[in-house]
Amino acid sequence: MDRTVSIISKNFKKYNIESIDEYLSLGGFKALEKAFDLGPKGIINELNASGLRGRGGAAYPTGKKWEQASRVPGHRKVIICNADEGEPATFKDRYLLQYDPYKVIEGMIIAAITFNANEGYIYIREEYKYLHDKFRRAIQLSKEKGFLGENILNNGFNFDITVFSGAGAYVCGESTALIESMEGKSGRPRLKLNRTSEKGLYQLPTLANNVETLAAVTSILYTGGEEYGKYGTPSSRGTKLISLCGNVNRPGAYEVPFGVTLREIVYDIGGGIKEGKALKFLQLGGASGAIVPPSLLDLKYCYEELGNKGIDIGSGAVLVADETNRVVDFLKSVQDFFLHESCGKCTPCREGNRQITKILNRFVTGEGSVEDLKTIERFSNVMKYASFCGLGKTAPTALLSAIEHFPIEFYQQIHRVRKTS
Amino acid sequence: MEKTIVDRSLLNSIDEIIERYNCDKHNLLTILQESQGLIPEHYIPEVVAKHIGIRLNMPISKVYDVITFFSALNDRPKGKHVIQLCKSSVCRLNKYQSLRDILERELLIKMGETTEDGSFTLEYSACFGACDVSPAFRIDDKVYGNLTEGKIIEIINDYRGISHG
Ligand SMILES: Cc1cc2nc3c(=O)[nH]c(=O)nc-3n(C[C@H](O)[C@H](O)[C@H](O)COP(=O)(O)O)c2cc1C
Ligand code: SF4
Ligand code: FES
Repeated sequence: MDRTVSIISKNFKKYNIESIDEYLSLGGFKALEKAFDLGPKGIINELNASGLRGRGGAAYPTGKKWEQASRVPGHRKVIICNADEGEPATFKDRYLLQYDPYKVIEGMIIAAITFNANEGYIYIREEYKYLHDKFRRAIQLSKEKGFLGENILNNGFNFDITVFSGAGAYVCGESTALIESMEGKSGRPRLKLNRTSEKGLYQLPTLANNVETLAAVTSILYTGGEEYGKYGTPSSRGTKLISLCGNVNRPGAYEVPFGVTLREIVYDIGGGIKEGKALKFLQLGGASGAIVPPSLLDLKYCYEELGNKGIDIGSGAVLVADETNRVVDFLKSVQDFFLHESCGKCTPCREGNRQITKILNRFVTGEGSVEDLKTIERFSNVMKYASFCGLGKTAPTALLSAIEHFPIEFYQQIHRVRKTS
Repeated sequence: MEKTIVDRSLLNSIDEIIERYNCDKHNLLTILQESQGLIPEHYIPEVVAKHIGIRLNMPISKVYDVITFFSALNDRPKGKHVIQLCKSSVCRLNKYQSLRDILERELLIKMGETTEDGSFTLEYSACFGACDVSPAFRIDDKVYGNLTEGKIIEIINDYRGISHG
């Protein structure tokens, strides 16, 4: 039985995004009308009732985040939609931009009402350049219908959205690095002396959210927070878009209620492993996420059950690797990614990634040593605790979880000196 | 690869971009991206970097800090079409190496090189979010996935048509 649901993904492939009328006929912009009736307090109540947590990776409760933000004073405030989606194995935000851009726009306007902001930006990664103009067109059509621009729906509220193109840097998905790059600088994370909601873009109060979070806000106001919160488990409520990919028969972005098992995701939704092979491991949450062995396949996909095993949901990536893959080869592709994407601002991440790459290469060629294994574990832990931003903190996650669950794969790659006497 | 000859008309077009963004250095990233878009070899020549620095009243080192930080900006010329092959985790599991071998064979170059006629540059890239159709490559801004050998050859020939036509 396939346990996918259609709430956030309800409109996927159901309408032509060139036509805003088709979106309207599917109930589009009804959530916005409700948002004007509810006002900031009412919107926050609905979000709290829904149990929604941020979908950008950190999983902070959205109702709480918006409530704190809505108390920040200021005449000029900014909404940012984070569509940088740089985490390898993650593409669910792309589905939203591609198949339901108005839902994201609607969510941004609802955020603006809550935060009392008049300026909006959507930061779309450069790699999605083929979607930039399509999104601009959706903004334009929304404006023509009076959903954006001045005096939206005659409520005396002004809000507009500009598309900003990223330029190919994973670290820019981190909010402060994203803001730095929008200010014309290289995208290195900032020291966070203030919350972004107090001092963000150009030092203005800024509320930044992930694409899926904003789309979920639209769905929640449309269906009602209580109703949405009925999906999922008691402490991970609602639904999640997952990016299912790798050696699996039906890769794609799917919406699941929290609480489905990993087995259901791989075998029922994904149609099992390609060519009937056996599963070697999963990686959850993208390159920065943990390696999960087949023995944990009956875990429920939700924050608490995975969290208890030290696994994060992260971006919602579910990467499937079959039995033919060696763990160390896979880790090398993860490591190459972080080595390339480390911004170089802090030593643990810059040097840690460099040294770990060198050592890992020795395991790939079968020239590792017991000392090497100890060293990469030690360096990984330093990175985890001493790195300046989330990139360096999470870069060794896959490696550490692989050493925990697949120690044999490392030992097999240790160089053996043959005794001659 | 040939270097772009920076003439007055190119600088005029770049000035138009700079003015559209109010000569404001906060818009540097966008200005650089749009300027690079005008240059067939997909890079920012030094003269252009200097020119932008002067017009925005900022040191050239700051301009280069941004150019060298972002993968989408280049300080060296590339072929007319840039083929980027993803070698991140998902494409690794789906054996990007098979695409690499076909591309290298068809174009008669190795990864990191440019064809003699300057039509194609072949390079690796990090994940560009096409993991559902992995292994994948992109040519300029367009993404190609779910590839077979026949399809790859067809795609390359199409571009050859464009670049010679
Ligand atoms: C290295 C790094 C990359 C990130 N990339 C993204 C990203 O591509 N998209 C995103 O929404 N959040 C990303 N984040 C998380 C953001 O910093 C932030 O937590 C999130 O956008 C907040 O939105 P939310 O509350 O809706 O989840 C990244 C964080 C780090 C440390
Ligand atoms: S952890 Fe890595 S990416 Fe983050 S600031 Fe340090 S060097 Fe840069
Ligand atoms: S890993 Fe290759 S496109 Fe995502």
